[in-house]
Amino acid sequence: MLKYQYYPITVPDRGAGGKTGNWRVVRPLVNKSKCIGCKACFMFCPEDTIKIDESDGKVYVDYDYCKGCGVCSNVCPVKAIEMVSEA
Amino acid sequence: MSGTSACPGCPENMAMRMLGMGLGKDIALIVVAGCSSVIQGLAPKNSYNYPVVNIAFAAGPATASGMARAYKARNRNVVPVVWAGDGGTADIGFASLSGAAERNEDIIYVVVDNEAYMNTGGHKSGSTPLGAYTLTTPEGKKQNKKNLPFIMIEHNIPYVATASVGYPHDYIEKLRKAKQISGFRYIHVLTPDPYGWMFDPSRTAEVAKLAVQTCYWPLFEYENGKLKISDESLHCLDKRTRRPLRDFLSVQGRFKRITEEEVKMLENYIDSLWEKLMKLYENQS
Repeated sequence: MLKYQYYPITVPDRGAGGKTGNWRVVRPLVNKSKCIGCKACFMFCPEDTIKIDESDGKVYVDYDYCKGCGVCSNVCPVKAIEMVSEA
Repeated sequence: MSGTSACPGCPENMAMRMLGMGLGKDIALIVVAGCSSVIQGLAPKNSYNYPVVNIAFAAGPATASGMARAYKARNRNVVPVVWAGDGGTADIGFASLSGAAERNEDIIYVVVDNEAYMNTGGHKSGSTPLGAYTLTTPEGKKQNKKNLPFIMIEHNIPYVATASVGYPHDYIEKLRKAKQISGFRYIHVLTPDPYGWMFDPSRTAEVAKLAVQTCYWPLFEYENGKLKISDESLHCLDKRTRRPLRDFLSVQGRFKRITEEEVKMLENYIDSLWEKLMKLYENQS
């Protein structure tokens, strides 16, 4: 028997649910020239896949884990994130 | 935090990320059975960046009480946070929640309210609003939502607050405030679930904002007997400045079969809710 089967305790680790990027049917594309760096998408992303580029304060997407829900595209005030079909 | 097994557009994950932003370090999570037990990934790992105790529905606040006392006995400054869904709070876990609130244990209790038992496919809970379709109420629920924040106010605990994932700054501010208070702290977050409420996953944040704008979900905090209505909800005090409830109902598939009569009843319920709030608000000044 493993330890966690006695005690219902889990410890933090990245990617415990697996690489979820392959769930995606649409992919968010950030238009860097339109992005104003307000970070609304960073605030609302449910998966923490929106990362902030330290050099210019704008955002990019971590496609290993992005599930393509489209929340970032919806909350963007300047419509800089476009959802394009995968495949 | 990446790599959870939540559905795309999950509002509970949003709320969990904002919890991390608000509370920072020195937190131990107690996750009551529900979506969040699945979302965190495969044991013995989790993707929440906090150590998690997974526990049965009715045992959450009791476990947290014990942990709070154990941390105190060992002189460690760690706050146990119970993370429960609305089923684990309003229905199954209510007895131990009420008990912990009565003893005024030193814990934070966060409810993520998606208004049904979404993990099992969307069954009716005590928190489902009138007229909403769920698997067990195919014609729409006939009763009103159980008003948990008011029940908790009646327990005379130091801090009660409501929040919405649509307004992260308000929610994070309330979490930070809660961390500095000692005693039982209760925060109720509305999390619109795209699959149970039947709207497009990309509109999660939008629907959470609509719930506040149409005054369906009041944002307030109750601290040491003083009620403060948050800025986002101040327009609801006057009935003329409220956004029509139809705007909120029409974007959701679960209210597709609601009748005119039921919309009226829901509106009356919201009016009575605000009247109660205003009475509390006026009595203190």
